[in-house]
Amino acid sequence: MKIKVFVTPKKNVLDPQGVAVGHALESLGLGGLKGTRVGKVVELEIEGADSPQFRAQLDKLCRDLLSNPVIEDYHYEIAGG
Amino acid sequence: MKRADLPPNPDPVLNQPITPELVKKHGLLPEEYDKLCGHLGGTPTLTELGIFSVMWSEHCAYKNTRPLLKGFPTEKRGATANFGRVLVKAGEENAGIIDVGDGWAIAFKIESHNHPSAIEPFEGAATGVGGIIRDIFTMGARPVLLTNSLRFGELDSPVTKRLLRGVVAGIAHYGNCVGVPTVAGDVYFDRSYEGNPLVNALCLGTLRHDQIRRGKATGLGNPVYYVGAATGRDGLGGASFASKELSAESSADRPAVQKGDPFMEKLLIEACLEMMAIPGLVVGIQDMGAAGLTCSTCETASRGGAGIEIELDQVPQREAGMNSYEVMLSESQERMLVIVQKGREREIEEVFAKWDLHAAHVGTVTDTGRMVVRHHGVVVADIPAASLTDEAPVYHRQSKRPAYLDETSRWTPEGSGLRDVDLEGAKAALPRLLALPTIASKRWIYRQYDHMVQHGTVVLPGSDAGVVRLRLGETEKFIAIKNDCNGRYCYLNPRRGALIAMVECLRNLVCSGATPLAMTDNLNFGNPYKPDNFYQLKECVEGLAEACRYFDVPVVGGNVSLYNESPEGAIDPTPTVSVVGFIEKEAHITRQFARTAGSRIVLLGGAPDELGGSQFLGAIHGLKTGDAPAVDLDAEKRLQDFLLAQIRAGRISAAHDLSEGGLLVALSEMLFGPARLGAEVDLSGQGSLRVDALLYGESQGRILVEVGPGDLAEVLADAAASAVPAEAIGSFRASAMLSVATGIGTLNWPVADLRSKWESSIETAMKRPGLG
Repeated sequence: MKIKVFVTPKKNVLDPQGVAVGHALESLGLGGLKGTRVGKVVELEIEGADSPQFRAQLDKLCRDLLSNPVIEDYHYEIAGG
Repeated sequence: MKRADLPPNPDPVLNQPITPELVKKHGLLPEEYDKLCGHLGGTPTLTELGIFSVMWSEHCAYKNTRPLLKGFPTEKRGATANFGRVLVKAGEENAGIIDVGDGWAIAFKIESHNHPSAIEPFEGAATGVGGIIRDIFTMGARPVLLTNSLRFGELDSPVTKRLLRGVVAGIAHYGNCVGVPTVAGDVYFDRSYEGNPLVNALCLGTLRHDQIRRGKATGLGNPVYYVGAATGRDGLGGASFASKELSAESSADRPAVQKGDPFMEKLLIEACLEMMAIPGLVVGIQDMGAAGLTCSTCETASRGGAGIEIELDQVPQREAGMNSYEVMLSESQERMLVIVQKGREREIEEVFAKWDLHAAHVGTVTDTGRMVVRHHGVVVADIPAASLTDEAPVYHRQSKRPAYLDETSRWTPEGSGLRDVDLEGAKAALPRLLALPTIASKRWIYRQYDHMVQHGTVVLPGSDAGVVRLRLGETEKFIAIKNDCNGRYCYLNPRRGALIAMVECLRNLVCSGATPLAMTDNLNFGNPYKPDNFYQLKECVEGLAEACRYFDVPVVGGNVSLYNESPEGAIDPTPTVSVVGFIEKEAHITRQFARTAGSRIVLLGGAPDELGGSQFLGAIHGLKTGDAPAVDLDAEKRLQDFLLAQIRAGRISAAHDLSEGGLLVALSEMLFGPARLGAEVDLSGQGSLRVDALLYGESQGRILVEVGPGDLAEVLADAAASAVPAEAIGSFRASAMLSVATGIGTLNWPVADLRSKWESSIETAMKRPGLG
């Protein structure tokens, strides 16, 4: 199965990278921009099937390693499970 | 005076009645609540309660320490019309300023960010650096250097490694991006800091006397500007109010941690300095640090003896739907409050537009003495400004000598039957001590910092003190800077421990060829409500004040951080001091590294003979006991004056003071320089002393110096004339060995082995498995 983990700055946390990218987009002529947030995607390919146990393990890894829960949120999509 | 009730807040959640629970959640005592009602002439709104809670906190009001801090000298007795005058005193403004001659001055201050760093080490440390930089350029000074003082638990725990990694990366990130070099620091590792690390950051800036700006709101009708980054809900969880009552949003959406943006800060530095250079434009300026908009408005109003009215609709906001409580208490970073001369609004707006920053006209200076806050046109807070600042509560806490001191101060090696080292033990101890993270090379840490940017750094991190060349218009001046504090000594004898922190810092500066000028201090202690902790605080402050008065080194500013506790108890008392020294001529700059084979090693101050509080006792015997080493201020002064005179006479090619680890650690460190020398010394004449105390004891007031053979007779003769004990104990050699003759036999170590232990200790501990 293929898993995509999306890690994004928490809604209320300042995102300097997002601000900088948004600013650049505006100066390149993009009008009407209301906000820009920059996060990251982690792609995993794993043998095996989706299961509640697997999701529990994945959640723990997301919290402990892939994201910093103090300032970031995460969610994931599982395909081909 | 009874006031009319304020109209309802536009946000209904802020209209809930003030209950005793709510008051308690804001960290205010019932009697404090009564007092604030008295100031208001009625009950507060929720927004007002929030404002009082942050302004009457220890961080802003120093309510538990103000009476103690009055003991610090704030002026330099030996100042002349052209040097050393304190131009802005401690407590008056964001940072103190001291005259360095030719119309130039320096502003510097240290500040803690301990609790934010414990929660999120990277962002906590980074915003600590950002905050202290703002305190400096607020005064009109251009930031030219940073130092930091860090304390962690023992490096064997994964938690400590995570904290160290995050804190160092955060400091490096902010300092390197903003372009201010980190030139010196001190780091200790001790169990007492487990789970409660200390992160104290210092910034120093330079300015001309006519550039000094103050945080004062004056001039009826002058516009009040908000400049810099937009306000978000940052740091609200850090305030004392549980956010759940405020709205239905989950607490996960309300980070306790502020996030910094160093590139924004760089723009803010340049924009503010440019704005301040326009004659007559800026009336007052203050940064928004802790308690953000609240603190900056009421402090500027109170200092100026004026009032301020602001409308929160004008405040740039990053998030939709923020209410008045949130906007007033937000700790978003990279923001400043500026009071501008009326009629010149366009000038400030042009400067900030050029730098792509917000400059919002949020309010006006009034003559009412009140801080009035409106939101959507409705008055949500109306408070006498002085009641938040000058009339904040002051407490004299109860102080009691902790019981453990009876036991530790009576301890002696003889009394406890501690056997002196034999030859094997003496040999094994040196590499072990050199590998202690507290003593070992801090290269893993400082190599992450840009210590060269602005290219003024003369002595890089790793020597006794950082030395920086200040470019002041047409002239150049050299300053040395150093932080110090051995918390172990302060635990064992608070007053003397603080004295030692100060005299050791001065000794470090003198070893670099500098005359101490002024100091800033960061008092890190536990909960002041516990009489044991307050005793430590009181004794330490008195010890510092005594040393400052004795050496005529005024305190120009500082910071207090209390409640540093983990479940195991309070941290060791840690009154970190940071002293700036002045170097007259470039030729006087002295390093700790031995330079020439064949030159002589002279020990100044006499042979060490105490073991109490030493790293040796801790590392080899697992003991944290005994009394802190003795301090003799008169002898210390003679020693430092003598060494400075000898450095100026050009007779000293290296100097290093004895501190943690004692004589042999200091001697080894002198060998770890670029010249890669060995040394041969003879201590067998000190036969009457315990060998462990002689080699590894931490007696104060000792310095090792390198003297050319031709200068030795003069140095020894001058020492005798100055009543400074001095003894030639050996020579530096081209050999690769450190050889020490003692009363129990001769000890030999290959210098390369010692050096690799010392250099690799922290790096090895911090290596990530699998990542090399």
